[in-house]
Amino acid sequence: MRKKNTQSKAPFLLATTVLVSIFMIAPMLLSVMAGLVNNYSTGLKSGLTLRWLGEVWENYGGTVGWSLALASACVVGTVLLGVPCAYALARSRSRAAHIFEELLTLPVAVPGLATALALILAYGQLTAFRQSFAFILVGHMVFTLPFMVRTVSSAFQRGDLLALEEAARSLGANFRQRFMGILVPAVFPAIVAGSLMVFTLSVGEFNLTWMLHTPLTRTLPVGLADSYASMRIEIGSAYTLVFFAVILPVLWGLQYLANLIQKRHGT
Amino acid sequence: MKQANAWNPRWRLLACAAPAAVFFAAFWLLPVVRLLTLPATKGWSTYFAVLTDSRYLQSMANTVALSVAVTLTTLVLGAAVGIYLARHAFTGKRMLLSLLTLPLSFPGVIIGFFVILLGGRQGLVADIGDSLFGERITFAYGLLGLFLAYLYFSLPRAIATYAAAAEAMNVQLEEAARSLGASRLRVARDVWMPELAPTTLACGAILFATSMGAFGTAFTLASKFEVIPITIYNEFTNYANFALAASLSIALGIVTWLVLFVARRFGANPVAR
Repeated sequence: MRKKNTQSKAPFLLATTVLVSIFMIAPMLLSVMAGLVNNYSTGLKSGLTLRWLGEVWENYGGTVGWSLALASACVVGTVLLGVPCAYALARSRSRAAHIFEELLTLPVAVPGLATALALILAYGQLTAFRQSFAFILVGHMVFTLPFMVRTVSSAFQRGDLLALEEAARSLGANFRQRFMGILVPAVFPAIVAGSLMVFTLSVGEFNLTWMLHTPLTRTLPVGLADSYASMRIEIGSAYTLVFFAVILPVLWGLQYLANLIQKRHGT
Repeated sequence: MKQANAWNPRWRLLACAAPAAVFFAAFWLLPVVRLLTLPATKGWSTYFAVLTDSRYLQSMANTVALSVAVTLTTLVLGAAVGIYLARHAFTGKRMLLSLLTLPLSFPGVIIGFFVILLGGRQGLVADIGDSLFGERITFAYGLLGLFLAYLYFSLPRAIATYAAAAEAMNVQLEEAARSLGASRLRVARDVWMPELAPTTLACGAILFATSMGAFGTAFTLASKFEVIPITIYNEFTNYANFALAASLSIALGIVTWLVLFVARRFGANPVAR
């Protein structure tokens, strides 16, 4: 009955959906095509080629690996810092904890450009740090940490976890055993979900990264902006295609893994 | 076991939060405090540059107006698509939804490039215009280009949010309204809108905040329509005017933070998506 009634025509909604879908999908197809043709202004008639992809790989191939490494490091860092912190915030409802949580989420609300400026003003003089990938990593971690903490913290707040922890304590398990043996496995799906979010955010981050990067520390989005500004439209398109071809399968793979873990460990 | 009990739980929680707190203090709090105090070195009036200098004021007004326009348009379109997708079953729906939300993982620069492909000098619209009217229409570098880019950037989030919210909507309420003779428009106004109000508030605040701070898209389009992130960037890199860049960043930060704060006061929680 529900189907019949709601499946009734909704011409405005249908038209909007179709138009929006075209608006969203057409540019993706256009850019994929543009990266594979010999000459963009003549279009498909000029024939297909992998030449531009090859050129991009030669000039910018390194950014792919660095972006993936940076995102992975960001995940590791936010897990190490964020999971214990999420536990502390979930168990303490004191005023200080509340204020700390508010502060921690500020980098999400404040534009990345401002955070990047602040970092440069504070640490720009430390040349070795400024010129390394660690500088970008620190920026990404500050920005993504609240996502990890919030996701995991709400998982720690589950009522049954309190009881489980209490039971383990009464059986003589010390905090270390309880944390690693009970708490972390119980919130594992949340940690995975948080990691996926952090990874995605880090891989695509540009606002901070553009300010923090140096010519020797370029990530994929930085390279993209660089190629758009200075190269032919075919190169830019091919580079975008590289982004699609490398990053999206990784994200999909991780998403699949996350779903699998959710199914196995989730309650 | 004695030792485990002797260990004060409060200290344990503090120890758990300490690494994150130290990291956060060193790499965000401290730098931001420096950012906040920097304009003072150039005189207190530097803090109000965004209000007193007409160029910066114009840039800020541009950014706010553009962000409001984009947010409202996105909410309407996103709600329509979200509700349609939640209510209708057809083959390929999951595929369509994942394609529509795919751009969530794109950096802003890619979206700027998309708009160049559509409306740039060699763009699709220019080609079509050329063959139809003998005129190459370009809109990528102006207000329209920026608007479309921001729209593209915002829509996936709105669609994903509304599709999820519409799934949870109460169908019976709507059927009751229909059976009492309510028109489609009335159903949308009196049933859908109140039900989706919390979603709209939370989503709208996030969209506005991201539009205010969107740097990559505007940067790629090298727009003639100046928005505040570009102004900040220019002050910082082209003129090395750090105090002023800091002051403008503070202004931008306050505006976006305030919107998110107000939205949260009214019960929306934008960060926990």
